[in-house]
Amino acid sequence: MHRYQAGSEDRRRMLAAIGATSVEQLFETIPSGVRCGALDLPSAQSEEEVRREFWAYATANAAPECFASFLGAGVYRHVMPAAADALIQRGEFFTAYTPYQPEVSQGTLQAIFEFQTFVCQLTEMDVANASMYDGATAVVEAVLMARRLLPGRSRVVVAGSLHPEYRAVLDTYEEPAGLGLTEAPWGSDGRIDRQALAAALGPDVCAVVVQSPNVLGVIEDLPAIGEAAKAAGAQSVHAVAEATSLGVLAPGGRFGFDVVCGELQAFGIPPAFGGPHLGFFATRQAHLRQMPGRLAGETVDSEGRRGYVLTLSTREQHIRRGKATSNICTNHGLMALYTSIVLSLLGKKGVRELALASYATAEYVKSGVRGSGLGARLAFPDGPTYNEFLVLHDDPDGLLETLKKEGILGGVSTTRFGARFPSGVLVAATEKNTRQECDRLIDALRRLA
Amino acid sequence: MAQPGDRMYARTHEWVKVEGETATIGITQYAQEQLGDVVFVELPAVGRQVARDTTMGTIESVKAVSEVFAPVSGTVTAGNAELDGHPELINQDPYGNGWLVRLHIAAGATEGLLDAAGYDAFLAEEGAH
Amino acid sequence: MNGTKALRARERLIFEHSSAGRVGYQLPHLEVPAADPAATLPAELLRGELADLPEVSEVDVVRHYTRLSKWNYSVDEGLYPLGSCTMKYNPRLNEELARLPGLAQLHPLQPDDQVQGALALMWQLEQALIAVTGMTRVTLQPAAGAHGELAGMLMIRKALRQRGDNRRKVLIPDSAHGTNPATAVFAGFDIVEIASTAQGTLDLAALRRQLDGGDVAALMITVPNTLGVFEPDIATASALLHEKGAFLYMDGANLNAFVGVAHPGKMGADALHINLHKTFSTPHGGGGPGAGPVAVSEALVPYLPVPMVERHGDRFVLSSDRPDSIGKVRGFYGNFGMLVRALAYIRSLGRDGLRGMAEGAVLNANYVRKGLEGSFKLAYDGPSMHEVVFDDTLQAATGIKNIDIAKRLLDYGFHPPTMSFPLIVHGALMIEPTESEGIEELDAFIAAMREIAREAKETPDLVKGAPYTTPVSRLDEVRAARQPILRWRRGAE
Repeated sequence: MHRYQAGSEDRRRMLAAIGATSVEQLFETIPSGVRCGALDLPSAQSEEEVRREFWAYATANAAPECFASFLGAGVYRHVMPAAADALIQRGEFFTAYTPYQPEVSQGTLQAIFEFQTFVCQLTEMDVANASMYDGATAVVEAVLMARRLLPGRSRVVVAGSLHPEYRAVLDTYEEPAGLGLTEAPWGSDGRIDRQALAAALGPDVCAVVVQSPNVLGVIEDLPAIGEAAKAAGAQSVHAVAEATSLGVLAPGGRFGFDVVCGELQAFGIPPAFGGPHLGFFATRQAHLRQMPGRLAGETVDSEGRRGYVLTLSTREQHIRRGKATSNICTNHGLMALYTSIVLSLLGKKGVRELALASYATAEYVKSGVRGSGLGARLAFPDGPTYNEFLVLHDDPDGLLETLKKEGILGGVSTTRFGARFPSGVLVAATEKNTRQECDRLIDALRRLA
Repeated sequence: MAQPGDRMYARTHEWVKVEGETATIGITQYAQEQLGDVVFVELPAVGRQVARDTTMGTIESVKAVSEVFAPVSGTVTAGNAELDGHPELINQDPYGNGWLVRLHIAAGATEGLLDAAGYDAFLAEEGAH
Repeated sequence: MNGTKALRARERLIFEHSSAGRVGYQLPHLEVPAADPAATLPAELLRGELADLPEVSEVDVVRHYTRLSKWNYSVDEGLYPLGSCTMKYNPRLNEELARLPGLAQLHPLQPDDQVQGALALMWQLEQALIAVTGMTRVTLQPAAGAHGELAGMLMIRKALRQRGDNRRKVLIPDSAHGTNPATAVFAGFDIVEIASTAQGTLDLAALRRQLDGGDVAALMITVPNTLGVFEPDIATASALLHEKGAFLYMDGANLNAFVGVAHPGKMGADALHINLHKTFSTPHGGGGPGAGPVAVSEALVPYLPVPMVERHGDRFVLSSDRPDSIGKVRGFYGNFGMLVRALAYIRSLGRDGLRGMAEGAVLNANYVRKGLEGSFKLAYDGPSMHEVVFDDTLQAATGIKNIDIAKRLLDYGFHPPTMSFPLIVHGALMIEPTESEGIEELDAFIAAMREIAREAKETPDLVKGAPYTTPVSRLDEVRAARQPILRWRRGAE
């Protein structure tokens, strides 16, 4: 018998109670033709044995914490307050089910309500949902919502500087969802080419998607893009991959964007080799009923006490079924709780200070790169950046390999993103990078780049 | 329960009351009971042409969303603005203040609809009580 | 009688705890020169401090969320008899392992040679899921069951379109979970609902008729079905589908019923999603994150999302060399943190423990069925597997509905069963105890339900007014929907 299951005496008593001689009887309805023999897997392992196997996996990786790490490109290293992980390890949070029975789920429901509030504050939008899987799928949901809101229009103008991972997921949906994707490339400053954008817009466009800061690290002219989309009658979508940037940068909500969505991983969620992270989705009040995802709303109980419930569920799959606004059911609730806790700890001052520190650290590295005579290597010297920038290089993979030997993970090579992108290294710096680490990177680049 | 005799009924549980060239449309007592407390109503815009038996709007309760089908063809001349702030009118007074839209219709538009007795019989057939 | 207790009656919102000047965290000292964004960025792109973010101390935060947590029921506390949710115990070892820095800190864009351990882990999980399902390959990319359904249906769509086949119909039983039709529509198909037999199983005659009518791309089916009944004709159904060039999509939500006993591969499944947060114990987290890997048959292998982990000797690589792939369904490779937990669970259980999981699940469900028969009406009297569906027919005489029974159960210290699903059973109560439960917990649940059945007969008003012992009583869901308040605003009280 296994430590996670009931015991042999439990079984014996239960079998007796139901009048069966063995458990095998209970599988009688399973035809022999579909049966399998003993599973081709090892036997049960003790905790110790499982630990050994997993420590072996863990130690066979180069963990960024062991290096001076400047990795970014959609997944960022920021501080992780100890209290946040401690709190989400409370069994009442992480082993709880979806709050369909609100009377015994007020902890989860109030936490969702607080998360929705945080997202509205960060994005300056009216309403936010309880989370999405990740930035990429959140962007897809925004595009699908635009398609529903503007049924005669099926084309989507997508900035070329949208994260390739996000773009790849949009590509997957293109044909099944009946969309046509048009790319608006970037100009010499790394920002969306305004003329190309104007040329791409038309009466058949349902949405314009722009990421800011974009995958090249450059901050877009959101007001102008928002205006252009509006003038064309299209929905405007501001995608965010580095959420801490919202500590100093004005979000699309301020410029009339219809949706601000993306990824909140940067607020201390472990990179964890790509997931689970935290998609977010915020929009205008007018689009409320077309919004995907769960929503927690405030109400009162029979005694007039304030409480929270999942609401407007008729949009969702379990009621609307084939006509749902999304097929999403399980989302990333625990990550939303975690991020709410981080935002609570950072608070008004911390969110700003964190962003300023990341910005300052990146500016320090950038000016160090310029100062080392490598200024020409900055891909977009005129493009404003937050905490990430592109350093051009003919052999970025080779450069990074050499840097690694010096104990530096210098950044992400754009060779991963394909020929569309200039060859080089995306360098991201945050408050976690010490001055010494920055100096080591600058010095190494000066010698090797 | 007997349905008001001054109007016609569709098998999709809408009623139509004709006065000259104007048809007022709502949902029946049975329909609002099935839905439960109405929380939101989506109606077609004034000026829109609706075709019989096609969807012209939705009514949302906490647990369901129901499509409202046009029981007759016509052009929308008015929507019940009261429902914006008071969707519960549909539950409270489905045949009166809970009306949904008014359409401008052509003669003979109500051909094939049920009268009150016919709708009652239809409900009984469906197993409704 | 136990209820869900709370040490405090009220807990304000974190924003309402805010007090000027409190700080909850200290950032590391800035060693580089401070920089003003206004120096490089146009003013209109900048924002000042977010005025309404809270100012609270770490103590405030810990107390706030600790208090909130005490308002929640959870698996750690007791039974969740939620049908089709498989709320089993979430092992603590898995939490420890997922947090190992060598796993938790990895960046997905590090080169393959830097992440051999992570890739090996993913490869091992795929092998384990192949062993469990008897299918050919498994994508670990989807983030949830519904997401896996979408990936599976997109693969089926591509397989058809590639051979010039434009069929559009997907058959879905009326007993299906709502994600099935929602997914089929999202993948660009048309749904045709197919009625179940009187026993609640797939109607083969209806399937044949539909197939003869042509244009059928796939059947989406859950095995055992959402009534907890094993589909006796599943192999016949898949043969019929394949004969007509159609595919079988299998919803794996109920996999817990037959792991180690049967192979979906032998049932003819072409795509099967596996809910790691159900069958493989990864925690529900109040609404995710989960993971929904999809196992596929040989026919769908070319269309798997990229990248896949491939093994070359003792090296692992992330390979996107799959020209017919549907592409990506999310950023990066999957909810890796949940994959770690699932593999740890599989290792902890081993081949016998995994079969023991199904054995315990089916035994526990049948024990509960036996205990409740007579007090509640059984929706279908065929043999039950890991879940059993009752309804509220016997309680109708006094006007008691399934929701009333559910709310009264809260007063007895249990989370209610799944309600009002499947849609084909009016007033349903779907009970799935899982193999985690020992006899005492099940006996307590049975006793509570019997007591409620008695109360429903003798003192129905008591049941209708429940719950009485929870932190809040029944909440006004109509008000929440009519006047949606979906966020806190300063000054709105």
